[in-house]
Amino acid sequence: MNQKTQPATAAPLVQAAQKKKYRITIQREIAVLVAMIVFNLLFTQHFWSLQTFNVNLTQVVTIVIVGIGMTLVVATGGIDLSVGASMAIAGSLAPMIFMNVAGPFGIALAFVLPVLAAALCGVFNGFLVTRLSVQPIVATLVLFIAGRGIAQVFTDGSLQAFDNPAFQWIALGRVAGVPAQVFLMLALVAVFAWIVRKTLFGQYLLVTGGNERAAYLSGIPTARVKMIAYTLCAGLAGLAGLISISVNSSSDANVIGLGSELDAIAAVAVGGTALTGGRAYIVGTLIGALIIQLLRYTLLAHGIPDAAALVVKAGIIIAAVYVQRRQR
Amino acid sequence: MNTPNSGTPLLEMQDIDISFGGVAALRHARLSVTAGEVHALIGQNGAGKSTLIKILTGAYRRTAGTIRFDGREADFRSPKEAREAGISTIYQEINLVPFRSIAENIFLGREPRRFGLIDWKTIHRRAQELLDSFGLQIDVSKPVREFSTAIQQMVALARAVSSEAKMVIMDESTSSLDEREVELLFSVVRRLRDDGRAVIFVSHRLDELYALCDRVTVMRDGQTVAESPMAALDKLQLVTTMLGRTLAAVVHEDSAVKEANLAKRGSTAISATNLGAGAKVTDVSLDVHSGEAVGLAGLLGSGRTETMRLMFGADPTERGSLSIDGKPVTLKSPQDAIARGIAYLTEDRKGEGIVPELSVRDNLTLVCLRTLTKRGVVDVAKQREIVDRFIESLGIKLRSADQPIRELSGGNQQKVLLARWLATNPGLLLLDEPTRGIDVGAKADVAKIIRELRDSGLAVLLSASELEELTAVADRAVVIRDGKTVAELDGARMSEASIMDAIAYGSGEESSLAEAVDAKEGQS
Amino acid sequence: MKKNLPILLALAALLLLGVLRYDHFASAYNINSFWRYNSMFALISVGMAFVIITGGIDLSVGTVAALASVVAALASPYGGLVAVLAGAGAGLAIGVLNGLVITHMRILPFIVTLATSLGAHGLALLLGHNDAVSIAPSSSFGNFGQGDLWGLPIPGIVAAVAAVLGWLALRSTRFGRHALAIGGSEEASRLMGLNVDRTLVTVYALSGLLAGIAGAILAAQFGAGQPNEGVGWELFAISAVVLGGTLLTGGQGSIAMTIAGVALLGLVFNLLNFENGLGFISLSAYWQSVIRGVFLLLVIVLQARVLKKRVTVTKLAR
Repeated sequence: MNQKTQPATAAPLVQAAQKKKYRITIQREIAVLVAMIVFNLLFTQHFWSLQTFNVNLTQVVTIVIVGIGMTLVVATGGIDLSVGASMAIAGSLAPMIFMNVAGPFGIALAFVLPVLAAALCGVFNGFLVTRLSVQPIVATLVLFIAGRGIAQVFTDGSLQAFDNPAFQWIALGRVAGVPAQVFLMLALVAVFAWIVRKTLFGQYLLVTGGNERAAYLSGIPTARVKMIAYTLCAGLAGLAGLISISVNSSSDANVIGLGSELDAIAAVAVGGTALTGGRAYIVGTLIGALIIQLLRYTLLAHGIPDAAALVVKAGIIIAAVYVQRRQR
Repeated sequence: MNTPNSGTPLLEMQDIDISFGGVAALRHARLSVTAGEVHALIGQNGAGKSTLIKILTGAYRRTAGTIRFDGREADFRSPKEAREAGISTIYQEINLVPFRSIAENIFLGREPRRFGLIDWKTIHRRAQELLDSFGLQIDVSKPVREFSTAIQQMVALARAVSSEAKMVIMDESTSSLDEREVELLFSVVRRLRDDGRAVIFVSHRLDELYALCDRVTVMRDGQTVAESPMAALDKLQLVTTMLGRTLAAVVHEDSAVKEANLAKRGSTAISATNLGAGAKVTDVSLDVHSGEAVGLAGLLGSGRTETMRLMFGADPTERGSLSIDGKPVTLKSPQDAIARGIAYLTEDRKGEGIVPELSVRDNLTLVCLRTLTKRGVVDVAKQREIVDRFIESLGIKLRSADQPIRELSGGNQQKVLLARWLATNPGLLLLDEPTRGIDVGAKADVAKIIRELRDSGLAVLLSASELEELTAVADRAVVIRDGKTVAELDGARMSEASIMDAIAYGSGEESSLAEAVDAKEGQS
Repeated sequence: MKKNLPILLALAALLLLGVLRYDHFASAYNINSFWRYNSMFALISVGMAFVIITGGIDLSVGTVAALASVVAALASPYGGLVAVLAGAGAGLAIGVLNGLVITHMRILPFIVTLATSLGAHGLALLLGHNDAVSIAPSSSFGNFGQGDLWGLPIPGIVAAVAAVLGWLALRSTRFGRHALAIGGSEEASRLMGLNVDRTLVTVYALSGLLAGIAGAILAAQFGAGQPNEGVGWELFAISAVVLGGTLLTGGQGSIAMTIAGVALLGLVFNLLNFENGLGFISLSAYWQSVIRGVFLLLVIVLQARVLKKRVTVTKLAR
């Protein structure tokens, strides 16, 4: 064997360059976030209150949950435009279930079936992308167009108002003064961040997006990986849809999740995940969503119309993607 | 054949230097082409011919040297400028727009107009005239993609002609053509030459060079090592000049040791019979036994990579068959092959090997990861142990196993990729150019590792263009030429000279010249 | 020609169904109002066709039209012509912005136009103070959307002119042919010396311009500029283009077939209305998007099979 070996660093791997870069990217986003918080502390009245905290966090819950799924899909080098439709389908289905099936069983079913229905949308997307080799934008366009329509047809476009504390606890319930949905969001972020970093699937996800040819030649089942990503994405969107209707105490298929694909993609991009694939910063997506939300809040709190925030958001998305490209 | 015009050359490149990232890619390179000649520019991959051409056509800027074209100093800063000066390039990957018609492709960007609108009539007429003058009878209004590669090459040539190109560079234009198509293409090229234009012909197919070209420039290791009329160099001399002799980086085992290795080799690990797929692999038959290292020799483009891909299940086999451990087998995917204990180290490290953003650790354990997982979760401790073990045993130099693999040098990246496959405990190792593009020290390390693997019973098939390294490590050599196995040389019969001979002439018998060379070597 | 058969047959079938089943389907009134309404979609579909032909996509046409409608309504006190030009100009400006960001910052068209659609929406809301903006009653602007010329609806004429010009441009101008070439192979086009960036900016500018005109028609037709309208318009346009046989990967396309796609999609809505009017079934308008989605899916699947065959062939030939 070779005599002149360089002894491998025996000490635990501390400041590994990749982690360092991760930290640096995240640090930049955290810095932006912190800067915005400081600005608001100084210039916005009543900013530092539990109510403000709750309001801002709850606004981002659905975006972050959808964003987690979007991050997974983007990591494989794809995109999912149909998340809004999945939200609408799940959100329309749920009331029909718990208003017709009584008791805890009804509640449970009202969670499980809609999410499954949404996940089915993901399977549809995944099938188009992996089996028929359709471009992800095109493949998910179909449900983008037709998915919401399906929900609208089922509900005939009418509003279903309801009052079901058990079902709605997920959105309206509180634990230690903080809404339950916030905890759910944080739990999901933690779980998926762990999945990406510590599991076989997470690794396969990154490699499929990072170098698909190498993945193929290394025996990785890239088709299956992508299918799982799309299914999870749609399923998570379904869950977000359930939270959304719970918050509003009503389900309107015309409106649930409208624009959510944009919000999710924005959060993913601003959060540092490259839209070209190969990386998945779940925590980054959370931070990205918070930055965008805080921006909106800051503008609103200072009297700038919401519409202007849209323009600024557009600018941020472009800037974030551009900066990412320069980094490579 | 035309004798080249005397007088000043149309193109004169002298003392061209260029470096990439501190490494010199060209040193004092020279190229001189006269009008009315077909000039061959040859050399192995990395020899510098593509770089030289890119400098000429303005895609790269040289750091030193002079270029004179058509009597003037030339310093093209973009391909557009080169084109406007009269230099047209035709690439191997046809750069035509597939859905558009032949006529449109010929005139794209220079469409004649009438009253502001495109004059289709004129375009079709002139295109038809042009192709008729080439001796082709085809409908110019049909989309380009409906025609064979050979016709497409000629359309590209027609485009060059119609734009009054003074010099046409043909870069590997014949790689996917059959004999008949090649002859058709050549008749057009000869017409161009007779018209007084110059053609630079880049190719590795020796027979073609002799059939078409008037003079030849040979490059090796970034330098021009020979310039001569085609007729003055015979095939063996040409091949020898191209492949040359690199510094002895690797310690040789003498032929007695090799013969002993062959004697104690095990059973057949894999056997290919008349393997073929597409145009690149026509008829390959070879076998590899455990405990032996077989070298796959051949020029660039001869089908070695494609053969290995077939043996790994990365591409579907169309003709012939494969058998593993004596049993016939159909490999449907790399997953299939890996499950059977086959490993494939690709030639294209960057495009098919490393996952650049991921860490060394992740890259190294990529294929064996499945075995390190319990219920979906990666066993980090086990992973770390394997990674540390290979870092040490292969001598991989790095800062930490968590750094992104793209920060490592080429040699170390290659070692990580090798470790990736060794970690799967394979029975058969397919190594495609394992020592390409890495430094001398790493080359020696890798060669030693391969020998040790062979000694421990692995079956190894390795492909290398650098024959010195191939003969150093391999026990016997199989020579491939244009997708077909043409010779098998073992023991004392395997030498660089005899391999080059087989590549040049395609037979298993040595010419008297090769014998003489061998005899001389035996004396020293 | 062969591949155009399915959509032409579908179109013919729907027309036949309409004529046979519904009393007033073939009436001048219906045809007139059909084209008056669908002229907006025809305009943006022509623009979208050019964009998709270059291999790109423009997701901002809907909100740009909305923005243009607001701008046109705001400008309407100064006269009908001014209003139309203002709307068109607004669309053109956004289109140029799209093109420049795509070519100079090298960001995917999908993302850029997604962002500008957000921004355009925001701008529209700002200009309209979150509300619809009525057009000035004194101006001739309303006539632009609601009036007739030579018995034909003015918006329909505008759309027809745009379609013919688009057809001509694609067939016989350098701009159109270069757009096709770029979509077919951007790399080859660059190597052949085409000014790819300039063509791309022009294509997106054109898309924006046509969306701007569509927005002006929107305001004129309905009497007010509407910042929240335009949702889903880009999907209509993309579907029409794809139904017309244009590959989403670019390099090929037909304006005439795109118009056929517009007609097909518009007919679905039209027939649904009639069917509801008959009272046998009550198919809500929501079925529209489902049916359109199904059409799109069929086309995508068919296209995918064609593409797959092509890919396998080239792979083996390697």
